[in-house]
Amino acid sequence: MKRFVIRRILGMILVLFAISIATFCIFNVIPNSDPAQRLAGRNPTKGQIEAIRRQWGFDKPVYVQYVKTMEKVFTGDLISYVSQIEVDKEILQDAPRTFSLAIGAAIMWMAFAVALGLYTAVRAGRFADRFLTALALIGISMPVFWIGALMSYYLGFKWNIFPNGGYVPLTEDPLQWAYHLIMPWTALSLLFIGVYSRILRSNVLDTINDDYVRTARAKGLSERQVLLRHVLRNSLIPIVTLWGLDFGAVVGGGALLTETVFDLQGVGQYAAESVAQLDVPPVLAIVMFGAFFVVVVNTVVDIVYATLDPRIRLT
Amino acid sequence: MSSAEPILRVSDLEVSFATDEGLVRAVDGVTFELAAGEVLAVVGESGCGKSVTAMTLLGLTRSANARFAGAAYYGDTELLGASDAELQQIRGAEIAMVFQDSASSLNPVQRVGRQIAEQIQAHEKVTDAQARERAIELLERVGIPNARKRVDAYPFEMSGGMRQRVMIALALSCDPSVLIADEPTTALDVTIQAQILERFRELVAQMGASVILVTHDLGVVTDIADRIAVMYAGRIVEQGALDEIFYDPQHPYTWGLLGSIPRLDRPRPKRLPTIPGLPPSLADRPQGCHLRPRCPHEFDQCAKTPPLVARVPGAAAHLDRCWLSCDRKRELREIEPGVIGLRGKHEVELTKGGAGS
Repeated sequence: MKRFVIRRILGMILVLFAISIATFCIFNVIPNSDPAQRLAGRNPTKGQIEAIRRQWGFDKPVYVQYVKTMEKVFTGDLISYVSQIEVDKEILQDAPRTFSLAIGAAIMWMAFAVALGLYTAVRAGRFADRFLTALALIGISMPVFWIGALMSYYLGFKWNIFPNGGYVPLTEDPLQWAYHLIMPWTALSLLFIGVYSRILRSNVLDTINDDYVRTARAKGLSERQVLLRHVLRNSLIPIVTLWGLDFGAVVGGGALLTETVFDLQGVGQYAAESVAQLDVPPVLAIVMFGAFFVVVVNTVVDIVYATLDPRIRLT
Repeated sequence: MSSAEPILRVSDLEVSFATDEGLVRAVDGVTFELAAGEVLAVVGESGCGKSVTAMTLLGLTRSANARFAGAAYYGDTELLGASDAELQQIRGAEIAMVFQDSASSLNPVQRVGRQIAEQIQAHEKVTDAQARERAIELLERVGIPNARKRVDAYPFEMSGGMRQRVMIALALSCDPSVLIADEPTTALDVTIQAQILERFRELVAQMGASVILVTHDLGVVTDIADRIAVMYAGRIVEQGALDEIFYDPQHPYTWGLLGSIPRLDRPRPKRLPTIPGLPPSLADRPQGCHLRPRCPHEFDQCAKTPPLVARVPGAAAHLDRCWLSCDRKRELREIEPGVIGLRGKHEVELTKGGAGS
């Protein structure tokens, strides 16, 4: 266990290193990405651009620039080229919004997917199964920017059922926090509910014919106990992996569409805006922030996996 | 319950499954009784319906495409029509089952002690700690060394023999009146098989439970059975006491089974006798007697109508289903008693001692 965690931490350092280099290089070869020109504002003179270039160190070789930038990432001195705001402040401000979105949505999609997956598996082949399967496919097929916009227009703007955009910190007012997040949670969850419930349904159908499920029935357990303790428990194991990975991706900026549609101003939205403006420092920081969470969540998933299935050993 | 009253009565049990290839008649008119404390062995080839019969008694074959007919009484409860709630109370507590493959029949991600405790708690109001103590005690009784430690093991941490002992402990945990053991030792090697069977027999005798032992291994049967039912293609073709089946077998199929046991006390044939051919597909069985295509002694009558159940003269509970007359059977067997097997079709000639004896 200890060795496993140490190995994962070493792996994480490697991943972050590789990813930061890749990001940095990409923004150096993109045409029109000269930061000096952007910093200089509209119609600058050649001299102004040169001055900025020297001042910010853009005249140095790329590897020197990389090392300098990375230093700033870790000291928290990284400054956006566009807004000149400190990047870590911006991320710290956005992160709670993204976490609120990700955690709530992850719980929501898992809960609904388990209920739906189990129910459709038990009713496999019957009307309820077919109906819900069709519904799940519709859910998978609806892009967030579309269903999100619809929800925002009807539920938020037209009928005024939910607040249209905005964010209230959890610490300020938990009820308002949840109330403001219900629409984003739902919009983000729909796709995942569809995918997860389909996977769970087929896992359950596989498991339900296993010999130990027959044993569980022969013991005199109720069908409910058989389903929850034996079938569901074993069917959920593969889903947990997926859950962790998707959660990591959403935290790492994967929910940018949802964040943008509902104007949550989360990390993903910040990343999208920065990319559009070819603003390297925030992009670099967010990419590393995302990669960090993906790796951490991955490690946690593996540990959870080993507890759920004792046959798996962590090495 | 008096010993005269059977604990389990199965009459004309039919189980069929609707499949893509048509209706598969897995069990076709099976009738037997199980007396209290009796060990009944159900023997037959793979796919003869013995496991389906066993599992049907506990409602484990119930599914959307399964059809049942006949009746199976446990005491006053009819099992085929029993509600889920009724079955739940019977399963594990009254009638318990030992499954064949312990590697897949135990939940891979649950500790074995927990799996036993779960069954106890399904039927009795006991605390977790009490159930756990019972589980440890049971594991000790089935001969698992260091049970107090092994109770927390996962199935994959145990050997096949140990796992099978866990299965037996599980089945015994609520002191059932009937145990159904479906090939309990098939997956094990012979020495372990013998040990486990011995322990099983002792425990069952102590508890006074009745046993239905489903097996294809006649060697296992001789050790523990009181009575034998021989099944072929969904029907019981012969049933009787252990000695009746072994020393006075009536049905040509039984002769075939007995003839294919390797024996040390007789001249060794060149090849171990086998029953030629394969059992018929249960979706498309021959008319009349199911054994006819493989039977060297068949005649006109066999193709027309399925043989009726007949009582062997002079034996109250020895039944068989064959059109051959008793005299003819005796004649056929007297050529060389006990070794008669089904050879090539219409080849009644018997192996008269092989080389080296």
